[in-house]
Amino acid sequence: MSTDRAYLDHAATTSVLPDAADVWRDVSLTVGNPSSVHASGRAARRVVEEARESLADDLGVRPSEVIFTSGGTEADNLAVKGLAWAAPSRRRRILCSTIEHHAVLDPVLWLGSHGYDIDWLPVDDVGRVDPHDVRSRLGDDVALCTVMWANNEVGTVQPLARIAEACAEAKVPFHSDAVQAIGRLAVDAGLPGLTSLAMSGHKLGAPVGTGALVLRRDADVVPLMHGGGQEREVRSGTLDAAGAASLAVAVRQSVADQEVHAARMNELSERLIEGIRGVAPDAVINGDPEHRLPGTVHVSFPGSDGDTLLMLFDAAGVECSTGSACTAGVPEPSHVLEAMGIDAGIARGSLRFSFGRSSRSGDVDLVIEVMPGALDRAFRAATPRLRPVR
Amino acid sequence: MRVIAALSGGVDSAVAAARAVDAGHDVVGIHLALARAPSVGGRSKGCCSAADAHDARRVADVLGIPFYVWDLSEEFTEQVIEDFVEQYRAGRTPNPCLRCNEAIKFSAVLDRAQALGFDAVCTGHYARIVHGPRGAELHRAVDEAKDQSYVLSVLTLAQIESTLLPLGDSVKSQVRADAAARGLRVADKPDSHDICFIPDGDTAGWLHDKLGESPGDVMDQASGAVLGQHRGTHTFTVGQRRGLALSSPAPDGARRYVVDVDPAAGRVWVGAEDLLSVTRIEASQPRWCAAPPVSGDRVEIQIRAHGEHHPAVIEVTGGGVIAELDIAVRSVAPGQAMAMYDGTRVIGSATIERSRR
Repeated sequence: MSTDRAYLDHAATTSVLPDAADVWRDVSLTVGNPSSVHASGRAARRVVEEARESLADDLGVRPSEVIFTSGGTEADNLAVKGLAWAAPSRRRRILCSTIEHHAVLDPVLWLGSHGYDIDWLPVDDVGRVDPHDVRSRLGDDVALCTVMWANNEVGTVQPLARIAEACAEAKVPFHSDAVQAIGRLAVDAGLPGLTSLAMSGHKLGAPVGTGALVLRRDADVVPLMHGGGQEREVRSGTLDAAGAASLAVAVRQSVADQEVHAARMNELSERLIEGIRGVAPDAVINGDPEHRLPGTVHVSFPGSDGDTLLMLFDAAGVECSTGSACTAGVPEPSHVLEAMGIDAGIARGSLRFSFGRSSRSGDVDLVIEVMPGALDRAFRAATPRLRPVR
Repeated sequence: MRVIAALSGGVDSAVAAARAVDAGHDVVGIHLALARAPSVGGRSKGCCSAADAHDARRVADVLGIPFYVWDLSEEFTEQVIEDFVEQYRAGRTPNPCLRCNEAIKFSAVLDRAQALGFDAVCTGHYARIVHGPRGAELHRAVDEAKDQSYVLSVLTLAQIESTLLPLGDSVKSQVRADAAARGLRVADKPDSHDICFIPDGDTAGWLHDKLGESPGDVMDQASGAVLGQHRGTHTFTVGQRRGLALSSPAPDGARRYVVDVDPAAGRVWVGAEDLLSVTRIEASQPRWCAAPPVSGDRVEIQIRAHGEHHPAVIEVTGGGVIAELDIAVRSVAPGQAMAMYDGTRVIGSATIERSRR
């Protein structure tokens, strides 16, 4: 039995967990700036510090290593630019994987246009960085290395421990964007060699506008924003007690449920992949079949346009994504698929289905039910160059 | 009907879509991403105007219709921008809006819409489609000042039959008032005039970037003498007076105009204003959206958007049409489209190849 509409875009955002919403409401109705000295301020500060401790426990780090931010983008910018700016002047090379999210990619490109050299880390055809390759490129001229924990488009999980280990040996700061990973994978932010880790609240059931950078205590970072210096003199801005409390609740639930949740997500993914193979035998499932983010299925339908497919699925009640960044509603050609060496014509007909807590097997049934009709129309509407030769 | 409404982000297409909804059609809004800025850091940075896409999205929200962006930038680059450059390289004067209607809006978009199960495309062009005993007919708009039938004169009958033009019976002020009454914030947005892929309006500078400099001589049509130098024939159009930078005035002190552009020889020919006047226009590749005329038929022709109407007698030849005009017209450039009308009704159009006095 299929449902009316299937929201299969949880990697874009997911709904706030009821407990996280409740705590946000309770705290936000209580007056107090956590930096104020009086009783109300102290009460608000207590909320923030308890949230920080809770988050630290769940991520395997010390409380002082948790810096609250406005989300994943700010956390990534603070780490990438902050670490690069703080590096000694002889360290001007940045190692960056070719499949990073724009929140990392664009700060790195910006640094590249401001005196830093970018050394791109290639990936194989399933989107994995080779730790040996990273090791061979490390040196005392490297300011920082950045490789995401798990890719947001194709879901490939990186060999983080081995990359971190190589960076530690070379004494090079290592940053990882773990926005997609927390709650789906067992993430140890205290991994030896990991200098910083970015996370976002709204991907795991906290409100948009919450997030954190886990930053090793001995890491030297130049702030992006100057002001009151509320967070270790590294991040300024009035502390968001309600957001911090809500984020802590969502992370606590996500981490506690991670194994069960991941198993459910994997089961739904497998069912969807099986269904797609039945309907579209020439569809290509992208990413690493072995090291894959639970709940993310990225598939290319050769001979179609992703934006046409999106529209057809939307009209049929299935909400998904092309997975790549969008400007003014136009999916950009995916730099991730390009880095994986996937033919541009095939890459163009790609969709990402991502499951979350509200996902049910009925959602998969609906996708498979409407897919033949959507594909048929999409193939007919494809630009002539994409039409399969028969 | 199931209708695709092309929403540019401007007031006209917004009201057109709104009227299609009012008429009871099942409408889906789309914004066309056509021109893409040069890639930055190895990736392309969106379409020409993210602000227009944003406005288009708001219009769809207000109308309560679904909204998508269709990326036709590759098709637009190949069929409109590259054609535009090649035409100028060949010394001709293209109309990119007409080309876009022919190749993109009522071709690529309509094809895709029909493949997706839609019946028609709705736009905010000022022209009328009349369904009479002879089938669908394309007519001039009621608002003569805004009439855009010229840039639609390349459409085929089949394309016209699958098109909705809800603004043809309105004047612009009514359309703006309608937009305001519907709470559409684009009601007072200024009209766009420039070529959309040359947002700063500097066509000559843009062509220089694309075609580079190819200096040559500016020649006097009357004497055959070299009068000066130019940076490239592609920045000149028949009838043009500015940008010639001639050091010596004409013997009679009269202004000189471009009368011919010869890219093969790298020459721009100039002469007196009366050399621009022509009474015979030869055009190729006729496209008819109504019963084709026969030699001797009297028509009205129009040779530029928002241009005047000129009475003429048509001669139909093997590969084209010749218009013999009652009264001379000036500044007719090869590459321009010649639209032909029977009263307000569009018969078709053809591409101007040459003209004579």
